[in-house]
Amino acid sequence: MSTLHTVNKSPFEKNSLASCLSYAMTGGTVLMLEDGIYGALKGTKVEAQVKSALDNVKVYVLGPDLKARGFAEDRVIDGVKVVDYAGFVDLAAENDKVQAWL
Amino acid sequence: MSGVIKNFMYLNRRAPYGTIYAWESLEVVLIGAAFDQDVSLAFVDDGVYQLVKGQQTAEIGMKNFSPTYSALGDYEVKKIFVETESLEERGLTPDDLQHLVWEDEDDDWAERDSIRFVSRAELAEIMEASDVVFSF
Amino acid sequence: MGTNPFEVAMKFAIQVNEGPYQHQASDSAYFFTKAALEKGHEIFRVFFYHDGVDNATRLTTPPQDDRNIVERWAALGEKYDLDMIVCVAAAQRRGIVDDGEAKSNGKDATNIHPAFKISGLGQLIEAAIQSDRLMVFGD
Repeated sequence: MSTLHTVNKSPFEKNSLASCLSYAMTGGTVLMLEDGIYGALKGTKVEAQVKSALDNVKVYVLGPDLKARGFAEDRVIDGVKVVDYAGFVDLAAENDKVQAWL
Repeated sequence: MSGVIKNFMYLNRRAPYGTIYAWESLEVVLIGAAFDQDVSLAFVDDGVYQLVKGQQTAEIGMKNFSPTYSALGDYEVKKIFVETESLEERGLTPDDLQHLVWEDEDDDWAERDSIRFVSRAELAEIMEASDVVFSF
Repeated sequence: MGTNPFEVAMKFAIQVNEGPYQHQASDSAYFFTKAALEKGHEIFRVFFYHDGVDNATRLTTPPQDDRNIVERWAALGEKYDLDMIVCVAAAQRRGIVDDGEAKSNGKDATNIHPAFKISGLGQLIEAAIQSDRLMVFGD
């Protein structure tokens, strides 16, 4: 059973990313969208946590939400991949279920 | 209804009364009970506050919906997971929470505890094994 | 469907927990739903819960230079014949009213957009059972 975990709130506003990463099991996938994209950026206090998560899970960030907030893809942590809505749909289809960390 | 039985996980991460999510998610659980699925509830992060006993809501003018948790057993909801780390982070112990039970008709209606206190690691495995997760 | 001949068509259930404009949830849900449909997947149902029921009022007048969230859902719903359901209990609480509700509850007006239907929470449960994936968009 593989899970796509979605995180839509900023890690500086809520603990949703932290909770998600502590629950996501090896082989799972995390997608950051909406305000959650801030967790995907280099140079933040959660960067280490996200990099460490990359050992166990795949991490993606929703491109349209990055762009909307003024961040280019080169500001994203290495290893975190950018997807669009079509890619989001693919991730949902490829994993066995989706779990939203609101 | 359809013959399909899925493992449903209702994920509760928010405190009661400050927002409506706790109450409206309970309404989903109650309606969902009629569909004979394999139901689990998880209380994680601030969700553990929903189960604190002794809620008196008169002075904030809201309906105290906490008695509804004790009715869950009658709705065949027997698997209520409370994450121990979330309790500890909040200075709570199992004694702070309601004692929820269900009646085992296979054992002369003996009362059994509905709440299972589990670690984050244990709950992660339980959630991973579920088929559908409802988030509120 | 799509460019990958090995892709399997999924049935998605979409849950929208927040109202229009206040949160991005309804927007995200809309774009996911649209992308899924364009890829040839099926949307079993879109279920609006909590403040999500507010996406169903026909009375919004958003600024001309901004997206019209309600009409956008309605147009998608019409194009793909989507089952867009608003939870009755949540709708009653928040004042989203159709003819039936106005009559039963003694209201002197209705405000629901015809693209949406008011129904029970059972529709959400059924969608979760019958679909391959439940997507929840909220705060």
